[in-house]
Amino acid sequence: MLTKRIIPCLDVRNKVVTKGVKFQNNVDLGDPVEMAVAYSDGGCDELVFYDITASAEGRPIDIQMVGEVAQAIRIPFAVGGGIASLEDMQRVLLAGAEKVSVNSLAVKKPALIAEGSRAFGSQFMVLGMDPVKTDDPACFPSGYEITVRGFRERTGLDALEWAKRAEDLGVGEIVVNSVDADGTRNGFELELTALISGNVSIPVVASGGAGTPQHLVEVFTTGRADAAIIASMVHTGEYTIGAIKADLVEAGIPTREKW
Amino acid sequence: MITIIDYKAGNLTSVKLAFKALGVAATITDRPEEVLAAERIVFPGVGAARASMDNLHRLQLMEPIRAKIAEGVPFLGICVGMQVLFDYSEENDNTPCIGLVPGAVKRFRPTDRSCKIPHMGWNRVNLRAEHPVLAGIETASEFYFVHSYYPAPADESYIYGQTGYADANFAAMIGRDNFFATQFHPEKSGRIGLKLLENFSQWEPRC
Repeated sequence: MLTKRIIPCLDVRNKVVTKGVKFQNNVDLGDPVEMAVAYSDGGCDELVFYDITASAEGRPIDIQMVGEVAQAIRIPFAVGGGIASLEDMQRVLLAGAEKVSVNSLAVKKPALIAEGSRAFGSQFMVLGMDPVKTDDPACFPSGYEITVRGFRERTGLDALEWAKRAEDLGVGEIVVNSVDADGTRNGFELELTALISGNVSIPVVASGGAGTPQHLVEVFTTGRADAAIIASMVHTGEYTIGAIKADLVEAGIPTREKW
Repeated sequence: MITIIDYKAGNLTSVKLAFKALGVAATITDRPEEVLAAERIVFPGVGAARASMDNLHRLQLMEPIRAKIAEGVPFLGICVGMQVLFDYSEENDNTPCIGLVPGAVKRFRPTDRSCKIPHMGWNRVNLRAEHPVLAGIETASEFYFVHSYYPAPADESYIYGQTGYADANFAAMIGRDNFFATQFHPEKSGRIGLKLLENFSQWEPRC
């Protein structure tokens, strides 16, 4: 049986892993390569690494960092931040990443998804989206609007419509990062995750709000997620991947138990 | 020395880095003469069947690959590098492939709509037979998969391991004589994947 993936997320700024709440008040946590190795050895199923200031600063992703992470771990990892062209994707692939995540720049230029998928395959293209709850059902039938640039800008795009369009354009996976839940550790936005996951045929990764193993159990059942991103709950040392997985096994969630 | 064939299909860096982690020398090439001189070949691949086959023809790698397999050098296919060994793939309106293994590569067609395609993530591989490349690897070990099509050999005796997904119990590993192939990515499957690559790097097939 295909297991549910646990994916620690490394938000990197100035070569240091950092974590904020709702994309603000970031604190520095450690070296990305050391943390990647620790999580990989600790049993995570995949890693994601975002260069969180690349897009805002209008520069390409820190390719040296991508290469260092790729050298250090033997599990899949996705990278995002500042991916603006096929050349950027090619460099990331050659540096050893499995997947590339596009977000703000794909909203601005959806053709980027189609081009990337044609050139490198849909398994390489991940759409990251940052939806926020709205109470304007006329404009946003799903109840969520897509924001970009770390919640700084609204787009007028409905979250579900954008997810379906991205699937048609050729993404192989969608990361749904709830702006409302990000960094709160109060649980995933289950309704949003289930809505997207139930309406696309590609895997959906839930992100934002993980605080306890129970939150992960919920997102894999009620939330219908195929994978989940965690950050603070392991970055702080409060939980290990092993402890989280033991709880998932207990709850009957298909989990990779040996590593 | 391991020769990794570059036919412009996906993540060769990962494969090379995995051998580097094992301390095994590996080189990447897209040149027919270097493939012909290879002692041990890894044939990786990610992406679409049609583009992969077109690239193999364009780079004039078809004959060198056939010749090396016939000659008996150890050969490991990975993912699309496994799929193109079959007669044809349903991908891209039935793409004719190398034809080394009788059978086809089929599209997953889940009856359950909540079953996602691609099959992406870690799944169990149930071993069907022993093989030197599988030394020290237990049945039901988990490996990392990413694919939307699966190999269906016409002759079951090729199958060394099977995995269940989307109503299919498909061939996750096949082998015969001096070649072996995996649908999953050993280079991305942690310690267990490295073990498989290490075994391959030491395998001396008798045929």
